[in-house]
Amino acid sequence: MRLLRIVPDDTKFDFMRFRRISFPISALLSIVALVAFLTVGLNFGIDFKGGTLLEVRYPNNTLNIADVRSKLESLELGEVQIQEVGGDGEVLIRVAQQPGGEQAQQAVAGKVRAALGDAVEYRRVEVVGPRVSQELLSYGIVGLIAAVFCILVYLWFRFEWQFALGASIANFHDIVLTIGFMAIFQIDFDLTSVAALLTILGYSLNDTIVIYDRIREMLRRYKKMPIDELLNQSINSTLSRSVITHVTVTLALLSLVLFGGRAIHSFSVTMMFGVVLVGTYTSIFIASPLLIYLGVTTRTMAEKDAEAKAAKAEGKPAGKPEGKPARS
Amino acid sequence: MLYFSKWKALAIVVISAIICLMAVPSLLSPSAYEKLPGFLQRKIVLGLDLQGGSYIVLEVQQNDVRQMRLTQLRDDSRRLLRDAKIGFSTVAIQGDAVIVRLRDSNDSAAALTKLRELAQPIGGVVAGAGQLDTDVSQDGDAIRIAPSAAGLQARTIQAVSQSIEIIRKRIDQLGTTEPSIQRQGADRIQVQVPGLQDPSRLKALLGQTAQLTFRLVDTSVNPQQALQGRPPAGTQVLTSQDNPPQPYVIEDRVLVAGEDLTDAQPSFDPQTREPVVTFRFNTNGARRFAEATQQNVGKPFAIILDNHVISAPVIREPILGGSGQISGSFTVQQANDLAILLRAGALPVPLQVVEERTVGPGLGADSIRSGVIASVVGAIAVALFMIATYGLFGVIAVVAVAINVGMIFGVLAMLGATLTLPGIAGVVLTVGIAVDSNVLIYERIREEARAGRSAISAIDAGFSRALATILDSNITTFIAAAVLFYIGSGPVRGFAITFGIGIITTVFTAFTLTRLMAAVWVRWKRPQRVPI
Repeated sequence: MRLLRIVPDDTKFDFMRFRRISFPISALLSIVALVAFLTVGLNFGIDFKGGTLLEVRYPNNTLNIADVRSKLESLELGEVQIQEVGGDGEVLIRVAQQPGGEQAQQAVAGKVRAALGDAVEYRRVEVVGPRVSQELLSYGIVGLIAAVFCILVYLWFRFEWQFALGASIANFHDIVLTIGFMAIFQIDFDLTSVAALLTILGYSLNDTIVIYDRIREMLRRYKKMPIDELLNQSINSTLSRSVITHVTVTLALLSLVLFGGRAIHSFSVTMMFGVVLVGTYTSIFIASPLLIYLGVTTRTMAEKDAEAKAAKAEGKPAGKPEGKPARS
Repeated sequence: MLYFSKWKALAIVVISAIICLMAVPSLLSPSAYEKLPGFLQRKIVLGLDLQGGSYIVLEVQQNDVRQMRLTQLRDDSRRLLRDAKIGFSTVAIQGDAVIVRLRDSNDSAAALTKLRELAQPIGGVVAGAGQLDTDVSQDGDAIRIAPSAAGLQARTIQAVSQSIEIIRKRIDQLGTTEPSIQRQGADRIQVQVPGLQDPSRLKALLGQTAQLTFRLVDTSVNPQQALQGRPPAGTQVLTSQDNPPQPYVIEDRVLVAGEDLTDAQPSFDPQTREPVVTFRFNTNGARRFAEATQQNVGKPFAIILDNHVISAPVIREPILGGSGQISGSFTVQQANDLAILLRAGALPVPLQVVEERTVGPGLGADSIRSGVIASVVGAIAVALFMIATYGLFGVIAVVAVAINVGMIFGVLAMLGATLTLPGIAGVVLTVGIAVDSNVLIYERIREEARAGRSAISAIDAGFSRALATILDSNITTFIAAAVLFYIGSGPVRGFAITFGIGIITTVFTAFTLTRLMAAVWVRWKRPQRVPI
C-alpha cells in the first residue's frame, strides 16, 4: 500500500526570507484587528454584558416574527433583539440589561414567558445580573493574562529568555488577530470564547514549542551553522509534522463546526480561525524568525550549557556524597 | 526505548484497561447501575446543558447582613443597659451604626464597659479570626456601636451556610431529583436542579426569607392615620398583600415566631373549602401562644410573613391546643408552598437571584445528538487520515487514541465530573491533538531512518527524541487548561476538565501504549525497513 505523503521528504524552503513579507503582513493584520476591536468592538454576549436571553421554538410553522416583535415591544423592556435561527421555528430573544439592579433582571424572563404563552417550547433561558457579568468579564481577562504569564515563566525556565519572549510575542499576535476576527464578524463573545482563546493560546504554543525544541537541538549540534540556515532547517525538518497535525486538528474542528450544534458554534468557528489559520502560520513565519531579532545565535545554547555544567560542578560537593551512604 | 520487561508491559495494559473500564458504569441503565458494588458506583454526570434543568445563583447581600446585625445590636444594647440600670434617652440605628445616647453623661464610662461586652472575638478558621466582630466607641456625647468589617464578613459566611441548609430542606420538599446546592465564593450559593423547566416557582420559594411572626394588632389608632403620621411607640404599620394593600398597626413585640413551629401542612378549611395551612407549635410556642390568646380574647392578632400581614383574625377564645390554621385566600399551590417554607424554616437574610440559566429538555437532547455526531465524524475522519498516512503505524495511533478517549471518560467517571457540550468539544479536540504525539514520533522515526539508521535504531531514536518534545509542548497546553478550569464556571469548566484530562492521558498513552505496541511489533517482525 502506498502511503499518503503530503509533504515530500527533504524540503528546503527558505522560510527566513519570508519574514520580509510575513512581518509586514502580520503587522498590518494586527493593526486591522486592533482598529476593528476599537471601532466595531466585540459582540459581547450576556455573560459579559448582562441581560436576558431566551431561545424559543414555535412548533409546526407557527412562528410569526412580527407577532413576536409586537408582543415583546408592548412589554417596554428597552432594547430587545429578535433573531430567527436555524429555520426550524426558533427565535433567539435578547433583552438588554434593565435599569434597577438584580431584581429587575430576574423579572424579565417571567414577563417574556407570560407574553409568549405556554404553547411554545422554551429551549433556553439565561439571565445574568450586572454584578455577575462584571465579574465574569474580569475573570476572563485575568485568566488570559495569568495563562500567558504562567506559560512565559515556564518557557523561560525550560528554554532561553529569547524563546520565551518570541513565543509570547507570537502568542499575543494570535490573540490579537483572533479578537479582531471576532470583532469583524461579530461573533458572540461569551465565556466559551474565552475558552476558545485560551485553547488557541495553548495549541499555538504547542506548535511553536515543537519547532523551538528542534531549533534548540540544532543549536547544540551545529555550532558553526549560520542562524538563518539553522532556523530554516529546523522548520523544514518539522514541516511534515506541522502539516499532518494541522490536518488532523482541522478535521476534528471541522466536524465540530459542521455538526457540533449552535450552542458551541461560535466556539468552534473561533477555534477554527485561531488554530487552523493563525496558529501554525505564527509558529513558522513569526515565532521562528523572531529569534533572529531577539539575538539567538549558536553561542546562546553553548553558553547556557557551559553555565549548567559549571553549576553542576559547583553543586556536587554540597550535595549527597558519592558512594554508599554510611549506615546509621 | 523499545525494551519492556514483562511486568512493566502487563502493568501498562492492566492500568489502561482499568481506567477505560471505569467508564462502563456510566453506560449502564439506572437499574443495572444500582446493582453494582458501592466502589464502582461512580459515573459521569451530564451537565445541565445536556440533560436540561435550571441553574441559579443566589447572593447574600452584605447590606442585609449589616441590617440584621444592627437590629440585633440595638436590641442587645437596650437589654444590657436596662439590666445594668443605666438610663438612656435613645438607642437607635443611624446609618451603619447603633447610636446610644445616655440620660446622664456620668454613666458613660460604665455604659461603655457594659456595651463592650457586645463585641465577641470571631471564632473558627475564617479570615479575621480572633478579631472583634463589633467596634464600640465613644463618639462625642454618644456611644457608637458598629459591626466591624471582619465581623460582617464572618456573619455573611455564616449566613450562607445556614441558608444552604434551609434551601436544601425547601428544595427537597419539591421532590425533584438530585438537586445540587453548593457554596460559591464567600457570599453566593449555586443551586442546580436537573429536569426543572420553569424555575419561577423555585425562585419564588428561594426568594422568600419566610420569617413568620404572630403579633398583636394595635386597635387604639386608625391605621390610615398612622400611615400618614407616626405610629405609636413600639408599633409599626405593616400592609397586607391584598389589592389595594390594607394597612395594620402592629406591635413590635413578637408573641410567637416561626422557630417555634414543629409542623405545617396544606389543607382545606372545613367550612369555607378554602386552601389553608395548618400548623403545630412546639411546647414552648404552644405555652406562649396559649398565654397570649388567653390575655387578649376579643382583640385581633396578625400573622406576619416577611413584613406582610397574611391575615389578622380576632381571637374568639384562648387557643390552648398548640395548633392553628392560617387562611389568607390562598390558591392550592400557595398554601402548599407556604407550608413548605414554614416547615423548612426562615432564611437568616434575604437571598437575591443574580444569575439564572435554564435549558429545556429538547435543547439538551439536541446538544447530545450533535455532540455525538460531531465526535463520531471527527474521530472517523482523523482515523482514516492517520491510516492513509502511516499505514500500520496509523492503526497503532488510532488504537492508542481510542484507548485515550476511553481513558478520558474513565477518569471523568472516577472523578464524578460533569460532562457538558463544551466538554464533548474538548474530547473531540483531544482526538485531534492526541494524534499529534503519534505524528511527532513517526515523523522523527522517518527522519532518523533517512539519516541512515537501521529500522530498529530509527524507531528507538524516534521515540526517545520525540517524547521530550511531547512533554514540553503538552505542559504548556496543560497550563492553559488549568487556568481555564480555575477561572471558568459551568460549561466552560466542563471543557477545561476534559481537555486537561485529555492532555494527561495523551502523554500517558504516548509514553506507554504507543511505545509498547511499536515494541511488540518490532520484536515480532524484526523489520529491515521503516514502514512509514
